[in-house]
Amino acid sequence: MANRKLRIMVAKPGLDGHDRGARILARFFRDSGYEVIYTGCHQTPEQIVEAALQEDVDLIGLSCLSGAHKELFPKVVKLLKEKGADDIVVIGGGIIPEQDFQYLYDHGIKAVFTPGTPLEEIKKWIDENVKVREELV
Amino acid sequence: MLKYFAEELLNKCSSLRKKWEDEVKKLIAKRPERKERFSTVSDHEIKRLYTPEDIKDLDFEKDIGFPGQYPYTRGIHHTGYRGRIWTYRMFSGLGTAKDTNERWHLLLKEGQTGLSTAFDFPTLMGYDSDSPRSAGEVGKCGVAIDTLEDFLVLVDGIPLGEVTTSMTINPPATVMWSMYIACAKKQGVPLDKIGGTIQNDMLKEFIAQKTFMLPPEPSMKLISDTIEFGTKYVPKWNTISISGYHIREAGSTAVQELAFTLRDGMEYVEHAMKTKKLDPDEFAPRLSFFFNSHIDFFEEICKMRAARKIWAHVMRYRYKAKNPRSWWMRFHTQTAGCSLTAQQPYNNVVRTAVEALAAVLGGTQSLHTNSLDEVYCLPTEHAVQIALRTQQIIAEETGVANTIDPLAGSYFVEKLTKEMEEAAWEYIEKIDNMGGMLAAIEQGYPQMEIANAAYKFQQQVENGEKVVVGVNKYVTEELQEIPILEIDERVEKEQLKRLEEVKRRRDDKAVKKALDNLRNACKKDENVMPYCIEAVEALATEQEICDVYREVYGVYRDPGFF
Repeated sequence: MANRKLRIMVAKPGLDGHDRGARILARFFRDSGYEVIYTGCHQTPEQIVEAALQEDVDLIGLSCLSGAHKELFPKVVKLLKEKGADDIVVIGGGIIPEQDFQYLYDHGIKAVFTPGTPLEEIKKWIDENVKVREELV
Repeated sequence: MLKYFAEELLNKCSSLRKKWEDEVKKLIAKRPERKERFSTVSDHEIKRLYTPEDIKDLDFEKDIGFPGQYPYTRGIHHTGYRGRIWTYRMFSGLGTAKDTNERWHLLLKEGQTGLSTAFDFPTLMGYDSDSPRSAGEVGKCGVAIDTLEDFLVLVDGIPLGEVTTSMTINPPATVMWSMYIACAKKQGVPLDKIGGTIQNDMLKEFIAQKTFMLPPEPSMKLISDTIEFGTKYVPKWNTISISGYHIREAGSTAVQELAFTLRDGMEYVEHAMKTKKLDPDEFAPRLSFFFNSHIDFFEEICKMRAARKIWAHVMRYRYKAKNPRSWWMRFHTQTAGCSLTAQQPYNNVVRTAVEALAAVLGGTQSLHTNSLDEVYCLPTEHAVQIALRTQQIIAEETGVANTIDPLAGSYFVEKLTKEMEEAAWEYIEKIDNMGGMLAAIEQGYPQMEIANAAYKFQQQVENGEKVVVGVNKYVTEELQEIPILEIDERVEKEQLKRLEEVKRRRDDKAVKKALDNLRNACKKDENVMPYCIEAVEALATEQEICDVYREVYGVYRDPGFF
């Protein structure tokens, strides 16, 4: 059952097109041996959740650099819950002021990574905190 | 050919260099250099020393020449900055139109000489503030504009016949330009007296910035419409700002920025010539450019010198333009947002100063200097003031503007300029062979070249090969707290109220008629500009106009290359 690779979706909610970080992460995850789905820019939370369910992912990494993270990240978590898929881990990154971290944690975002974070640090967090969903059953 | 050095000097130089190199070898054997390989931030290899031999094949007249003369390597103006300092043009926009209007008046009071508009993401993408897609984004990264009523507030008290205004707007460029034109008409300023720029460069959106709405072909059509309309009715307007800035921010190398930007420019020229039957001399003088000034000082200067030279050549020989003004590359520069760090943010003032100096030595026509806090948010007034003062100090204290192109003739600068020129030509020819930039974009070629460069740089930062102070070296534990500008929820509420109020009192029949006329113009392939102006004057919203475009032309979705 549990011998498939971890499936990660890198997603860009909102209207900003700053996708350098998202694409670097997507490539890094792929090079690190995960299965990666990248949504491209300008996704609504609804589109992200639908795609995540369809692709049966274990982790969603949200990237937002427009300042709309407090609106968009919690909405993804809420929609996952409504679909009964709240075992999908959600993490976020982008231009996120430190004073907003707690708000995001309180709304179900499990970790927040901002610019300058070494890629390996993100991988380490994932390996320690995210499991292939079937293994959890 | 007018050789730069006499044979006798080169022979002497060669023998002296060999002697020097023997000495260096012995010294290095005892004490090695800091690194085995030195390279620019773009990973272009740089030699230990440059000598006359490196530029022995340059032709003094054809490669370097004089300012104000072909090939313009040394600048487009005969008197450089002695005649006129570059335009201090700070990119600015926040919250509501009223908030931004206040910031603009402050900047003009502080000695800014041109305006530049930052719109929020809904406006950039052709959505109104009341669209579900706009939730959480209204007024956040720039000013929210929905109707002409907002625009009138934006330019309140700004004499549109005197100040030039740049607008960073792409898919909805026709709409925002129409609003500006409508405001000028209300101020009683004739259209041949207004000056400014719309960015209106969709190719770099598909390549890098990802603010897109329509597929590439109709996007090109709208751009050629604005070029045609500007040529006829708004002759002082720059109808496009062909931009490398965002290509670089997406992680390209300096050469990729140079080559893709110039090849984009060529695509626009060819499209306007073909579809509008315009002669290049009719519109080329109003094409403007926009470059990034990144942290690698000399590479940036050489990039800008090479850019002028390649463009002059392209316009003169590839498109047979006869007016020297068509050969000019006029450009705006912005310091590199992506070079700034959230860590130790005060260091950003220093980075920006160095980058601004490079832009000046590269001969920019106007300049935006980033504020130290822009890695976090839109800048506070104090941070903007420091950034503007950075330009004023460079212009008016340092003396670098006393003479034109002071680095010309440097063995290193001339060699690097030549190398970048040659590398850019290689890319341009490659894209020509693919069938042009639209074809290349369809194949994902420039997108993947940039993605590869961005990934490589990230790895170099991760392994310490490239230093980012405060991030992978000289890291401090304690946080440097800086004041952050927050756009509160008031903005979204106020804007929604305003929009609702405008929608309530406007003449719905007139709006519908104007939108129908626009739709017909799109279907009949007429120039959309007159109809777009009519629609904004009837108080159609930005999104209503863009929805007509979407309906007729279809929508482009991010293919998500990585």
